[in-house]
Amino acid sequence: MRRIYLDHNATTPVHPEVLKEMENALELTYGNPSTLYLIGTEAKKKLEEARRRVASRIGAKTEEIIFTGGGTEANNLALFGICRARKKEGNHIITSKIEHDSVLNSAKALERDGFNITYLPVDSYGMVDPGELSKAIRPDTILISIMHSNNETGTIQPIKDMTEIAREKGIPFHTDAVQSIGKINVDVAGFGADLLTIASHKIYGPKGVGALYIKKGTRLQPILYGGHQEKGYRPGTEDVPGIIGFGKAAEISMKNTEDNRLVVLRDRLYNSLSERIEMVRLNGHPVKRLPNTLNISIEFVEGEGMVLALDDLGISVGTGSACATATLEPSHVLAAMGVPPQIAHCTLRFSLGWDTTDEDVDYVIGVLPDVVKKMRGFSPLYKEYLRKSRKEAV
Amino acid sequence: MYSEKVMEHFRNPRNMGEMENPDGTGKVGNPVCGDVMELYIKVRDNIIIDARFQTFGCGAAIATSSMVTEMVKGKSIDEALRISNKAVAEALDGLPPVKIHCSVLAEEALRSAIEDYMKKKG
Ligand SMILES: Cc1ncc(COP(=O)(O)O)c(C=O)c1O
Ligand code: FES
Repeated sequence: MRRIYLDHNATTPVHPEVLKEMENALELTYGNPSTLYLIGTEAKKKLEEARRRVASRIGAKTEEIIFTGGGTEANNLALFGICRARKKEGNHIITSKIEHDSVLNSAKALERDGFNITYLPVDSYGMVDPGELSKAIRPDTILISIMHSNNETGTIQPIKDMTEIAREKGIPFHTDAVQSIGKINVDVAGFGADLLTIASHKIYGPKGVGALYIKKGTRLQPILYGGHQEKGYRPGTEDVPGIIGFGKAAEISMKNTEDNRLVVLRDRLYNSLSERIEMVRLNGHPVKRLPNTLNISIEFVEGEGMVLALDDLGISVGTGSACATATLEPSHVLAAMGVPPQIAHCTLRFSLGWDTTDEDVDYVIGVLPDVVKKMRGFSPLYKEYLRKSRKEAV
Repeated sequence: MYSEKVMEHFRNPRNMGEMENPDGTGKVGNPVCGDVMELYIKVRDNIIIDARFQTFGCGAAIATSSMVTEMVKGKSIDEALRISNKAVAEALDGLPPVKIHCSVLAEEALRSAIEDYMKKKG
């Protein structure tokens, strides 16, 4: 059966060129980069080449990149690392209600350790208001962490406005840019964050590899202790093949900007679905949004049911965050945006990628209306809605 | 994450849709996951001769509704009242832990339909 993968915000397929470099590295670049002989120094060279590639992807200096075991670890390092280094200066952290679990749950753990956390609200598009950030800052604020763009809705945050506020007050600013890299331009020197998180598997690289950009001069404690690797911020023998793959993926993603193609495809998907299906609503900002992301609620049909039914038709999509699949509550992001729970439960997130074709989108447009029709056919909520609207019409 | 049996009932739900003039209707919901189940029964001489359902919910909610309507058909009211959520889950070759409550919802829908029938009967 035809397989259409439309969950690129959850993860991406490994790019063939990345795979080639990684296979090569696994076989040949086995030396420990910390050793002095040729096989080791070759590995070290490749490691530094990858660092250069990742750094130039975000407009950073090479020495400002620390490789980690993924986005989650980089976010943990940023939050715990700053808070532990600065706890004598204050114990207040500002973040937002729509962060990824790896930031939210780190913040909650810090809260249990005695830190005070402010979770900034968002508007109905899922956007943080920089004015709210200004108001939340206290003399004892030691860290601000606001994501660059949201994984569920794709809404892009006004980061530059917020880094300016942070800089004025001398507070370190961290941004989780996992979803933005490779989809929109991210120039860390341009918007001036102090810390920034990247994950390799969202840009057609391998899983379990990521990076934290740490601006020169930022004080940070490690969260793991061991050897001197990654300047002691991330001890342990480096995942050389993974990092090489990550570096290649970063390099490819610089050349491969096809935002316009994806915006056209995505908007066609949305417009055609809303023409064919009643009561479809868009979640997220209409324009300030990642070019590949479409989050919609199709009222009266539960999201998981649609995901399973679409899977049977060869389409892979999610209901929002992959991490939230094990919980029953509707998305914390949609809740923060004020989407009522009964609508939030009816959510599908399409996220397109380089491998998405016109035909893929046409196929979804062709089959989804029938799936919805069938499922609404046995939805008691749809029946109620029909009854109500009939009554109103009379 | 679901058993083949769950997926089979999800793909081809039995007894799906509304019932004309049911003898008993049960409507239940779970406020956390937001799922809603409606179950209808037809009763003759104390035997449930037909059962149908409508469900807004996850794959397990649809499969357990389908399974419970299959299980009650031909049973007496007393027998039907003894059908537990565990029996429904077992008939589906098990459910993931977070989805056990979906079978509870199915059991509650059945009980509530039977209660409605008893009340109407007086
Ligand atoms: C916004 C965001 N931050 C962090 C992560 C975590 O990255 P990783 O899966 O590499 O740990 C993800 C995705 O999983 C994400 O979407
Ligand atoms: S998730 Fe609640 S009924 Fe299935």
